[in-house]
Amino acid sequence: MIEAISFKLNGETVRLKVDGERMLLWVLRTDLGLTGTKYGCGEEHCGACTVLVNGEAVLSCQTSVKDVKGKEVVTIEGLAGNGELHPLQKAFIEQDALQCGFCTAGMILKAYSLLVKTPLPTREQIIQGMDRNLCRCGSYPRVIQAIEAASKEMKGGEK
Amino acid sequence: MNRREFLKRIGILGGGVVVYFSYGIPLAAAQSPSSELPAFNAFLRIGADGRIACYTGKIEMGQGVITSLAQMAADELNAAFDTIDMIMGDTDLCPWDRGTWGSMTIRFFGPKLREAAAEARAVLLEMAAESLKVPLDRLIVENGVIFDRTQRSNRVAYSDLTKGKIIERHLKGKATLEDVTKFAVVRKPFLRSDALQKVTGKAKYAGDIRLPGMLYAGILRPPAHGASLKRVDLSGAKQMVGVLVVQEGDLIAALHEHPDTAWEAVAKIRAEFEPSKSKLDDKNIFDHLLKVAPSGTVVKEEGNLETGKSLSRELFENTYVNGYVAHAPMETHTALAEVKDGKVTVWASTQSPFGVKEEVAGALGMPPANVRVKTVFVGGGFGGKSASRQAAEAARLAKLVGRPVQVAWSRGEEFFHDTFMPAAIVKIRSGVNDSGNMVLWDYAVYFAGSDGAELFYDVPHHKEISSGSWQGSSGSHPVGTGPWRAPATNTNSFARESQIDIMASKVGKDPVEFRLAHLKDERMRRVLEAAARKFDWKPGRAPSGRGCGVACGIRSGAYVATLAEVEVDRSTGKVQVKRVVHAQDMGLVINPEGAKQQVEGSIIMGLGYALKEEIHFKNGEIFDLNFDTYQIPRFSWTPTIETVLIEENSPPQGGGEPAIVCVGAVMANAIFDAIGVRLYQFPMTPERILAGMKRA
Repeated sequence: MIEAISFKLNGETVRLKVDGERMLLWVLRTDLGLTGTKYGCGEEHCGACTVLVNGEAVLSCQTSVKDVKGKEVVTIEGLAGNGELHPLQKAFIEQDALQCGFCTAGMILKAYSLLVKTPLPTREQIIQGMDRNLCRCGSYPRVIQAIEAASKEMKGGEK
Repeated sequence: MNRREFLKRIGILGGGVVVYFSYGIPLAAAQSPSSELPAFNAFLRIGADGRIACYTGKIEMGQGVITSLAQMAADELNAAFDTIDMIMGDTDLCPWDRGTWGSMTIRFFGPKLREAAAEARAVLLEMAAESLKVPLDRLIVENGVIFDRTQRSNRVAYSDLTKGKIIERHLKGKATLEDVTKFAVVRKPFLRSDALQKVTGKAKYAGDIRLPGMLYAGILRPPAHGASLKRVDLSGAKQMVGVLVVQEGDLIAALHEHPDTAWEAVAKIRAEFEPSKSKLDDKNIFDHLLKVAPSGTVVKEEGNLETGKSLSRELFENTYVNGYVAHAPMETHTALAEVKDGKVTVWASTQSPFGVKEEVAGALGMPPANVRVKTVFVGGGFGGKSASRQAAEAARLAKLVGRPVQVAWSRGEEFFHDTFMPAAIVKIRSGVNDSGNMVLWDYAVYFAGSDGAELFYDVPHHKEISSGSWQGSSGSHPVGTGPWRAPATNTNSFARESQIDIMASKVGKDPVEFRLAHLKDERMRRVLEAAARKFDWKPGRAPSGRGCGVACGIRSGAYVATLAEVEVDRSTGKVQVKRVVHAQDMGLVINPEGAKQQVEGSIIMGLGYALKEEIHFKNGEIFDLNFDTYQIPRFSWTPTIETVLIEENSPPQGGGEPAIVCVGAVMANAIFDAIGVRLYQFPMTPERILAGMKRA
């Protein structure tokens, strides 16, 4: 059913006339032209489609657009504020924590929500928190290092 | 395309130096469809804007050549790294290239690029000599500026030299290359130049390209390989608002402005299929393959097997097998095609843009000259995107509906149409003499391919035979097969290195010492010794209970030794890998940081085929269609990985594949060392380990 749905997307209000049952992933990628969020599996197994909804990482491939009505959605395109990269983005660059880059948006946003909850995670907490995000290139050791570096840079959430 | 058009396309009308290629390397010239070689094809463009563009038919799929090739060009031109732009995989602009695979980019394209860059530098030096009125031998170059050595204020930048002039050179003879020891950029660790785009979501992959009026296609797929369509009812899909349904022969698709709606529409198509005639499954496949194997060819032979047998005090006869393994890149096969004014443009996630060009031309019955393939970033390939049938599908549909069409496979389609690492068998009969030395090696590999089958240990009487390749042959594989990261070499290394360990254990020798005792090859000795030193290997006879293993291999010109420590849970059969040490001699290392990333990625990907990954199938039907049942390595699998790159000033060798080839074998050997159970099949799943413990 086509309905009017509005939510905040990367800080701006968007108003859509859309079938509310459609998945957020496709509305973002197609209707809204934000292609940084990726399709990897479509069934919540890989984490490539991770976005933030009210600061929490969710899988947009199985989140219907009506479910984000009135909420705040942040995609990878909206993470850098005022043109300055987020510490996680910087750390991913500095630690070479990516190869093909297809899982990267999901990795960074999942790590963001991990650091919101656990500002100074141990290595084990990072592994546990990130374990449902897949990277076929095998960047895991460097992603762990990048999250550790970003956590320090963010001074445990003070920054 | 005429010359002026080409120069315009590469952005040089304002002036610059262009160096054209004449491929002298066998993998290009021999395989190039000669009629298809464009008249204008450049390696390098040095523009009046100060930017240096390097054109290559290679593509970037995560392996990092976008960075390492730029490093090579920068050094040869004495230019700053960040003035180099890599233009990759555009068939209208880039030199013809068969494809990006086999760890060949740095090995074979790299040297040609260096020659082109050296030629360009020579041209620029000549121009500078004239412009500065200084003899050539007084000129030096730093960061793209040419100086008079005796009077540094007398200088001119590359960009000023080329303003308004177009200088074209065809690369012929060997240019004088820069001495590698003087390189300022190569051999230094460089961060990926594509990282900024990738962490901000700006990097464009094939599925991210948007064109006005484009449609997304969902395609009807058979339920099993070998199943044929009997009848189809399209009405369910046709009733959906905004859905276009098309059928052309075997291609049936639903198209819509939204990909999710297109897939929904395909699900409403009612189709009846004649079942596949295949009676094969993941258990009986090995017997079948042995039955249909073509006669083998000898890879290498020395001495006489009968003599070796008579010298043997003890014989060891074993069979090793592995099932089909998926590539499973995070980005599924994707393409966008636009047909306009009799010309086709395709954006494709592919390892072979020029292959796609031919394939699309064939599918549409068009001259290849009318097809342009553009490759943007590729979200992982691993050999699986050597085949790119999605591009022809998109092109056919775009022509049928008269609008741009994107085909992006679902994860299920990706698994179904993957060209897997082939199921394969290795049979080895080997023997040791009274002194515990190997004297016999009788080796036959079926359907993996011959790469990595050749024995590099010293055994006086040996023979290696290979039957069938990873491409398979008619009637062999019931599913698609193709090159999978280091084709054939994973299977061959698993079998060889397992067999070596079995013998070492039987004669009471430490597996590292046993290997060294049979190794005259200095490169391999050095690599193995370096790895053992870094690992702090304590000699002992397996099974020692420590869970330590070793394996050696050669791939794409690189020599590798991998050592690992594992823990095996005796109640569940689960293997946790604690630590991996990998030593690699890959010749000159262009980007040490990039090379280490490839090692780490290879080790982790290798753990997948070693411990878990295997396609389950029956009668043509594939049962693993997503990451729920097909488990690939995750964060929690990740061991500590230490990489030792042996410093070598010899020509650069492969980097993307070598580190994966020993992972199966090192796991098998470490598991044996931990619990005394020998596994002859990968993946070594918990179930197989428990079954092995029961047998033992």
